[in-house]
Amino acid sequence: MTILLAIARRVGQRLLSSIPALLGVVVITFVLMRVMPGDPAVFFASGPNAGAAEIAAVRHKMGLDKPIPVQLVRYLEDIATGNLGRSLGTGQPVTADIAQRLPASLELTFTALFIALAAAIPLGVAAALRPGSIVDHIVRMLCTAGVCVPTFVSGLLLIYVFYYLLGLAPDPTARIDIFASTPPDITGFYLIDFAIVGDWSGWWAAFTQLLLPACTMALFVLAPLARMTRASMLAVLGSDFIRTANAMGVSRFRIIVAYALRNALLPVLTITGIVFSTMLGANVLVEKVFSWPGVASYALDALLSADYAPVQAFVLLMATIFVGVNVVIDILYGIADPRVSVE
Amino acid sequence: MSATTRHAVFVLRGNPVTALAAAGLVAVVVLALAAPWISPYDPVASDVAQALQPPSAAHWCGTDQLGRDILSRLLWAARLDLLIAVVAVGLSFVIGAMIGGFCGYKGGRLDRWVGRIVDVLMAFPLFVLAMALVAALGNRMENIIIATAVINLPFYTRFARAEVNVRRNAGWVEAARASGEGHFAVVMRFLLPNVLPAMAVQISLNLGWAILNAAGLSFIGLGVTAPTPEWGIMVAEGARFITTGKWWLVAYPGLALMLTVLFFNLLGDGLRDILDPRMRT
Amino acid sequence: MTLLSVEDLQVSFSTRNGVVRALHGISFDLDAGQTLGIVGESGSGKSVTSLAIMRLLDRAGQIDKGRVTFQGRDITKAKAGELRSLRGAAMSMIFQNPRAALNPIRTVRDQIVDVLRAHKGMTAADARKQALTLLEAVRIRDAEKRLHAYPGELSGGMCQRVMIAMAIACEPALLIADEPTTGLDVTTQKVVMDLLAGITAEHGMATILITHDLGLAAKYCGSIAVMEKGLIVERGETEALFRGASHPYTRRLIAASPTRTSTLADLADLDPSPPPSCHDRAKPGHRTGTGAGAAGETRPSMRASASLHPVRSPGTGHLLELQHVVKTFSGGVKAVDDVSFHLEPGGSLGLVGESGSGKTTLSRMICRLLDADGGDIVFLGESIARVPANDFHRAPQRRDIQIVFQDPNDSLNPRFTAFDSIAHPLRRLEHLKDGATLADRVRQAAERAGLPAELLTRFPHQLSGGQKARVGIARAIAPRPKLLVLDEPTAALDVSIQAVILQLLDRLRREDDIALLFVSHDLNVVRMLCDQIVVLRQGKVVETGASQAVFDSPRDDYTRALLDAIPHFEPAGGRLAFAG
Repeated sequence: MTILLAIARRVGQRLLSSIPALLGVVVITFVLMRVMPGDPAVFFASGPNAGAAEIAAVRHKMGLDKPIPVQLVRYLEDIATGNLGRSLGTGQPVTADIAQRLPASLELTFTALFIALAAAIPLGVAAALRPGSIVDHIVRMLCTAGVCVPTFVSGLLLIYVFYYLLGLAPDPTARIDIFASTPPDITGFYLIDFAIVGDWSGWWAAFTQLLLPACTMALFVLAPLARMTRASMLAVLGSDFIRTANAMGVSRFRIIVAYALRNALLPVLTITGIVFSTMLGANVLVEKVFSWPGVASYALDALLSADYAPVQAFVLLMATIFVGVNVVIDILYGIADPRVSVE
Repeated sequence: MSATTRHAVFVLRGNPVTALAAAGLVAVVVLALAAPWISPYDPVASDVAQALQPPSAAHWCGTDQLGRDILSRLLWAARLDLLIAVVAVGLSFVIGAMIGGFCGYKGGRLDRWVGRIVDVLMAFPLFVLAMALVAALGNRMENIIIATAVINLPFYTRFARAEVNVRRNAGWVEAARASGEGHFAVVMRFLLPNVLPAMAVQISLNLGWAILNAAGLSFIGLGVTAPTPEWGIMVAEGARFITTGKWWLVAYPGLALMLTVLFFNLLGDGLRDILDPRMRT
Repeated sequence: MTLLSVEDLQVSFSTRNGVVRALHGISFDLDAGQTLGIVGESGSGKSVTSLAIMRLLDRAGQIDKGRVTFQGRDITKAKAGELRSLRGAAMSMIFQNPRAALNPIRTVRDQIVDVLRAHKGMTAADARKQALTLLEAVRIRDAEKRLHAYPGELSGGMCQRVMIAMAIACEPALLIADEPTTGLDVTTQKVVMDLLAGITAEHGMATILITHDLGLAAKYCGSIAVMEKGLIVERGETEALFRGASHPYTRRLIAASPTRTSTLADLADLDPSPPPSCHDRAKPGHRTGTGAGAAGETRPSMRASASLHPVRSPGTGHLLELQHVVKTFSGGVKAVDDVSFHLEPGGSLGLVGESGSGKTTLSRMICRLLDADGGDIVFLGESIARVPANDFHRAPQRRDIQIVFQDPNDSLNPRFTAFDSIAHPLRRLEHLKDGATLADRVRQAAERAGLPAELLTRFPHQLSGGQKARVGIARAIAPRPKLLVLDEPTAALDVSIQAVILQLLDRLRREDDIALLFVSHDLNVVRMLCDQIVVLRQGKVVETGASQAVFDSPRDDYTRALLDAIPHFEPAGGRLAFAG
């Protein structure tokens, strides 16, 4: 009970303390967008030959002729009422665009995170259990090499090998083959939606489409995760309490799992939060390489065409997701580490 | 100084991987500096007749869609990428180490605030932040440097802060004060130099990271603009041809990126041994 | 019946600098129910011995030769599974630093249950019941509540009791205790050791006590083995060993260990490597000089400092005077609560207390590295508490008050050579530039501290603990201070080095007229070095007085408890008197 209370308090504190951070992010992006080159009013006007009067009218309609602080207040009011503006590129409300594209990004990111964790933790543990062994050397080489390959290069090379050379992977564009039918829109996550309606061939098609970008992203974050697992596992295995457990004849399995791994996963948990936000950033690159219709590529297109609203919404979304992820990690950490509740 | 040199030689001999990385890095730097004299072709001169040629004796790394020699472009690009990384990391290191050092030493409310801001920044998708910065400030090289420096800053601040914090109560720090040093001197002349070996590792790793970031920005069209030779742009331009099997457009700049970053990372691990006086015998 | 027999055990470690041999072939036997103390200084191989017996050496360590026969089985050849079934069940071990030796994120109960279930085919429910019984057996109050505690919620002494509960859970025939009370306060040490001795006697367990503290071994062990540099140099019944040690190292170790009656001269008599010139000068007058307050007839300054009641008004010739000093830390904890005392020029005062007594905080305030919240600190008639600690480095008194720190490993800048460390205060406080004057002054200070000149070019990691302590002292005396604050300067050192350092400090006081403020947890050491004692408890002064008087007839219960808790022996008197 005390643990639950402590966790609740931590989560509360985290949420409270993230409000200024969120606000800061909103204001900074707002200001950055306003100093951006390019005039959206020109872009939004009927065409390149639009007259000055028309542009001025558009500008007035968009509120761009007001001073920036006034615009900011209006913008904040809009956010509070859930109105994130309208995209100039798609002509849709930004919220609708994002709602439509967010599942694609999240599906990709979570799958990649899952793959990365599933590979990194066993690898890191195996390396730490036998430091100096061949396994250890291989893992260390993988880690060193892994952080050196930029996602946009590894993604392209994977496409070259698995699509062009081997023909195993489908055409690396979009979430599903353009001629295949999309699943009913239940959660927006194709894998889940296909599974709900029981369309397993569709599921497989979506899965193969997802695998390559997810692996690309997983490769990118595998290294820090495996490195951290190995390091913290090594540190824990060398600690006094493991020696105590050994001196008391506790079984090896119990020592490795209940004593070493549980302690070693605490720093891994912390770094998973950082890794996740790195992946949100890397989404931009991966989505571009694989023509993935996610929020990041949407925001990128908007950014390149000086379209404020989607960019601001995207940054706000990233910040919100990142706060959410940290709350989840806080909760997990509170469960895993009783010392948190003691403090 | 000669003792340091001798020590470096001693460590490198016992640590061939670091020696290899250092040698590789020197090679990259020399090639980059010598690019104007050794590159076989003009990096921006197109020759449509020679477009998309696979690697051959005339074009060791092949040619791109405009018939430009990829090897020449690689060499010229190295200059640009190294310059961006070094200046950006240098900037963020100096600023970050000072802020972090003083906060870690002083503690208190300011430290807590700085710590919180740094935590928020670090957990935020930094690449997105860099994108927004470059987009807002404009596609120019100095803006790429600024953006890269900004997203590196929290790492140095946090690192210096943590390292200084564990040492602030060490006997030798108090001894320095008992010997008549003020707080400022204690941080600048005692704590930061002691933190330097650990930071050197961080610098080396971050140089690699900075190169990746700069290339990533260019890749999505937010960095250096074509036709300037830059590794990220080269990959971006080659991406269109990968599904038709023209691998060399992507593979060679990718390899250049990878090797450079790899050398920086390997060197980072080796530097720790060289700069640590405790390892000196 | 021989329970454990160690024959010609050799252990080596592979390190960066090649293979280092830690044990050079040691042999001993232990019968069931016996208690053996293995005593030695750091690097003697005593801990390695215990780890080798349990086969708990880390990856780098290796048993090269020899046999360890336990209950008729050769442990050195046992398979991993066999070892696991022996450890915890037939032979068990408790470690130093108990808070780190327990899994921080597992409850006390679960950790005990793990041990029970590993060896006894118990159900989880039975094991939990047994865990409670065990906690009660090690006399943990509110055992039922503590079952669900995590190690971080318990004190060091409490954690060590939990360790003992785990170690005795399966009633092993042999219990090895590796420095079980190092790092605990002396009163806690006594409680834990009494408990351990009681339990092992009750169950007839054989015990090996590994310790650096001769007094502790003498009090709790039937026989003692003395180790030096990987060899057992002497082994015998405790009483016989103290009465007539045959090996010179044992004799030196016994001499260097402070007892109730020993003087500094006793400790340093067998000083192995004295700087010759200093040593000769040190001896005469020394014996009389350190008989503490009782021998006050020799020195006028000591008589003066023996006046007990603090005088209020500054300017009465006191070197240092504390008036109602208070320090409150955030959270409202009063670390130092209304402390007053004074110290004469050239005098010596011992500040004694256990952890949390505020003695370190007090020493930092006197050195003006920390600001007091209330009261005044008067140095030579001038209030120095009014100069903020942040600006004190510019105050003229800065060079008059210097400090020697506790851990010699952490008190020297890793990037400075010994020369630079000693020269630093001269450069800063006397504005000496590089040159002959500076070099001379550094060499003088080093010589006074007994540091050979050829070591001046070395970095801290190239110096031994004792040498680092000397650099620390040389640095502090280089600007020729009037007051030297010593913060447990010998706590991290071996007793033989402690003896030499104490003698050195005493000589500095007498010959260079430097007043000493000695902060320590060790009453014995303070008595030898200081004329006056101030006993602190939770920030308050509980007793002050001339040291010998406090020692002979303490007025406060806490002082008495502190004195009683010190394990000691009386080697000189022919008759051994063990404190019980």
